[in-house]
Amino acid sequence: MTSIPLTSPQGAPSDTSSAADGRIGENALRPDGTLKVTGEFAYASDLWMDEMVWGTTVRSPHPHARIVSIDIGPALATPGVYAVLTAEDVPGANAVGLEHEDQPVLAETVVRYKGEPVAIVAADHPEIARQAAKKVVVEYDVLEAVTDARAALDPASVQLRPSGNVVRHLKVRKGEELPTAAVVVSLDFEVGMQDQAFLGPESGLAVPAEDGGVDLYVATQWLHVDQRQVCSALGLPPEKVRLSLSGVGGAFGGREDLSMHVHACLLAMHTNKPVKMVYNREESFYGHVHRHPATMSYEFGAEPDGMLVYGRAEILFDGGAYASSTGAVVGNGGTLGLGPYRFPNVHIDCYGVYTNNPPCGAMRGFGCVQAAFAHEALMDALAERVGVSPAAIRKLNGVREGDVNITGQVIDSAAPCEELVQILLDMPLPAERSGADLLSLPGGVANSTHGEGVVRGVGYALTYKNVGFSEGFDDYSTARVRLQVIGGEAVASVHTAAAEVGQGLITVEQQICRTELGVGRVVVHPKNTQVGSGGSTSASRQTYVTGGAVKAACEAVRARVLAAAAQVCGHTADDLALDGGKVVARSGEVVLDLAELLGDAELFADEGVEETVEWRHRPTEAVDPETGQGNAHVQYAFSAHRAVVDVDVDLGLVKVVALDTAQDVGKAINPDAVLGQIQGGSTQGMGLALMEEIVVKDGHIMNPSFTDYLIPTILDTPPMLIKILEYADPHAPYGVRGVGEPPTISSGPAVAAAIRQATGKALRRVPIRPEHITGT
Amino acid sequence: MAALRTGQPDDPTVSTVGIRVNDEMSELTVDNRTSLLDALREHLGLTGAKKGCDHGQCGACTVLIDGRRANSCLQLAVMVDGQDVTTIEGLGAAEDLHPVQRAFLDRDAYQCGYCTPGQICSAVGAIAEAGAGWPSAVTPADSLGIEGTAGLDASEVRERMSGNLCRCAAYVNIVPAVLDAAREVSA
Repeated sequence: MTSIPLTSPQGAPSDTSSAADGRIGENALRPDGTLKVTGEFAYASDLWMDEMVWGTTVRSPHPHARIVSIDIGPALATPGVYAVLTAEDVPGANAVGLEHEDQPVLAETVVRYKGEPVAIVAADHPEIARQAAKKVVVEYDVLEAVTDARAALDPASVQLRPSGNVVRHLKVRKGEELPTAAVVVSLDFEVGMQDQAFLGPESGLAVPAEDGGVDLYVATQWLHVDQRQVCSALGLPPEKVRLSLSGVGGAFGGREDLSMHVHACLLAMHTNKPVKMVYNREESFYGHVHRHPATMSYEFGAEPDGMLVYGRAEILFDGGAYASSTGAVVGNGGTLGLGPYRFPNVHIDCYGVYTNNPPCGAMRGFGCVQAAFAHEALMDALAERVGVSPAAIRKLNGVREGDVNITGQVIDSAAPCEELVQILLDMPLPAERSGADLLSLPGGVANSTHGEGVVRGVGYALTYKNVGFSEGFDDYSTARVRLQVIGGEAVASVHTAAAEVGQGLITVEQQICRTELGVGRVVVHPKNTQVGSGGSTSASRQTYVTGGAVKAACEAVRARVLAAAAQVCGHTADDLALDGGKVVARSGEVVLDLAELLGDAELFADEGVEETVEWRHRPTEAVDPETGQGNAHVQYAFSAHRAVVDVDVDLGLVKVVALDTAQDVGKAINPDAVLGQIQGGSTQGMGLALMEEIVVKDGHIMNPSFTDYLIPTILDTPPMLIKILEYADPHAPYGVRGVGEPPTISSGPAVAAAIRQATGKALRRVPIRPEHITGT
Repeated sequence: MAALRTGQPDDPTVSTVGIRVNDEMSELTVDNRTSLLDALREHLGLTGAKKGCDHGQCGACTVLIDGRRANSCLQLAVMVDGQDVTTIEGLGAAEDLHPVQRAFLDRDAYQCGYCTPGQICSAVGAIAEAGAGWPSAVTPADSLGIEGTAGLDASEVRERMSGNLCRCAAYVNIVPAVLDAAREVSA
């Protein structure tokens, strides 16, 4: 057995340091910005070790089949191939998953979706690995596939699991069982399957270690939940499975589940060589979970003036072949599925089911996105029925601080629904279309119209989303903060395992350290499992939860430093603060130089002052299984959008002319980053309304490429007026409210509403395709 | 860094090519089917250009070939034998940023950054094209071309940058970043 040199791969993460200004509330620059604009920033796909080999995956061509036999002989005999592994080679539990460990690392007896991993290959060249993978002979006995979620719900359908086809059924019941109302509106709505489409495909490098363990460098959203699953599959304890976050090329929920993690580790441990795996774009479409497609039936009852009396909904999410986070998506769809409105009476049934379609799980907006299309379309229908404007119906019914929501939880911080809508009303509308500039019309440079069939429409949407993990989940983050003297300067360093995926978390970590410790230079250590869990970079939670942990760790460090300062300067610790690298009295008097104080060997050891804090937000509760009642969520985040569209009703082409928004963010820790999140989230929501859908036919993805799966380009992205409100949440650190997801929820329904207004068509499905508009 | 394994020089399926990359002559022996992107990333260790799709759909691999932008995943390395290739690494270093790099920083015109090297190379090419008077699809048809970089406006930038996807959708900031840089380059 050859020994592996203990060297880090090229492209392994290193400290990120910056002395730039920027406390909370300021537009601090990203410490990794220069690396990113010079091409020096290393992503997971850039990792390299000279002795490494390349892994690839053999995937099922069938949505549902029994594996009769697997012959790895021809593949293994290919020159350059080091290993071909199947389910037999998984040493630990061949079952992983975020909520239910129901997904094999490599399929054993049955494949349950097209693209499911069946075998893995390592070779000395990526193309050799790919060619060898084609030589793995798998004999399948094709089984009937369940590819319709509605059919899966039928007890007479093929049952894909011993427990049946239902992953979760959430009931929400409130008020009267059979309420009546003067005005009743109802509709059915359908949302297609959206892809996260991060530009950096799944990638990582597994390096076998001398202790019999493995080091995995990977692009992910949640290192510790990855570690838990990899340990289980490898049959190794956590100390032998060390994960480091490599550069992440976008995430949006699609990296919360495992992809190549265990596969690369298995190959590395089997070959005793570092193994790199990089998915190509087509494989990426099979290699991660997607946003659940949904079918929904809604009915709202209201007083003649439009005041809501009841809401009924049946929401059905297609979870695909494995559970992933379907249970939590159902939780959101059920508890938040009527939108941010006051309902005295509620009856919701929300289902997530197993099928043989591609597995679905987390994507930005998580269960709220689908429901928002339905409840916002219905609010517009209600407005029309009672003869008020879309804005007025939302202002009338929007929840307010102190209200009790549909699960019986008091909304105990700002809920500025009415104000958000009013802000949109007060924003200027874009100029009327002028006939002169044909290129500005739908179809653009294709010159497909002279404007004769082009109609303008305006639409509104108001939505909300839970921030952080809900329903009793133990949601926490860990931060280790140190203050020490480096080169004569007081320097803070911060270590968390919370994933930076481009949203700017490491900037926020620095800003908090500068604010709390009064220093300029802050070093951000690489994200890895050498510190406690930071929880997931999802649910718009990191600035809140990891921000809270960093703040708490800073406070613990500061308390020790000020206690020591009090000993030497005669002030009480309560009278002292840290600012500008000094210990200062409340009066403003500079009392001590911080670097000198920290350098005092009698007070502090060489390594300075270090504190590690595990920080939790206030607990949430599981909801009652029969009524859905309970304090399910820790925080709600509200946003509203106004979309203005031009629609060519003859050709069905849509141009979004403006996509304006207002959002309450509690406190903008970094205003530029907040704007970036809102711009990006708004654009992704618009993409779902207009163009983004993984087309699945009989369990097969028909469009796994960027030629056929369209995401918005710079030409599709309209100007955006953005108004940020900062109503501090008294329960959250600095008053922050999660930012990343709300715009993805409200933008799409506003676009859909604008197209409905322009065309007069019902348009009960997204994405809205040209043929839906033209009726052809 | 070591290159990917290739055949011997007398093997008809491999070729030796000379490419001037970032002002430095590189001679490399590659499988004839090797794309320029793979040659850069896996033979020369220049990982700045990114592989987002490998099919010319996303623009993350954009580099400049003899000053003109191209998707390096759609070029074979043997096609650029004897040519000049500039990658993001050749545009500017941390202490000496290219105006486009500086503008992307100042305008926060990126988030995850994966598309950014391609966006920046594409913007450098686009600004040069405008400087040479090349019209785009939105340049008025009755003109003789764009009036240099001064003729660039938001509409022109959007059209000229439309081959580069950004899933984080930093587009709203990319437009002013390119306009800022165009002004500085022409000044």
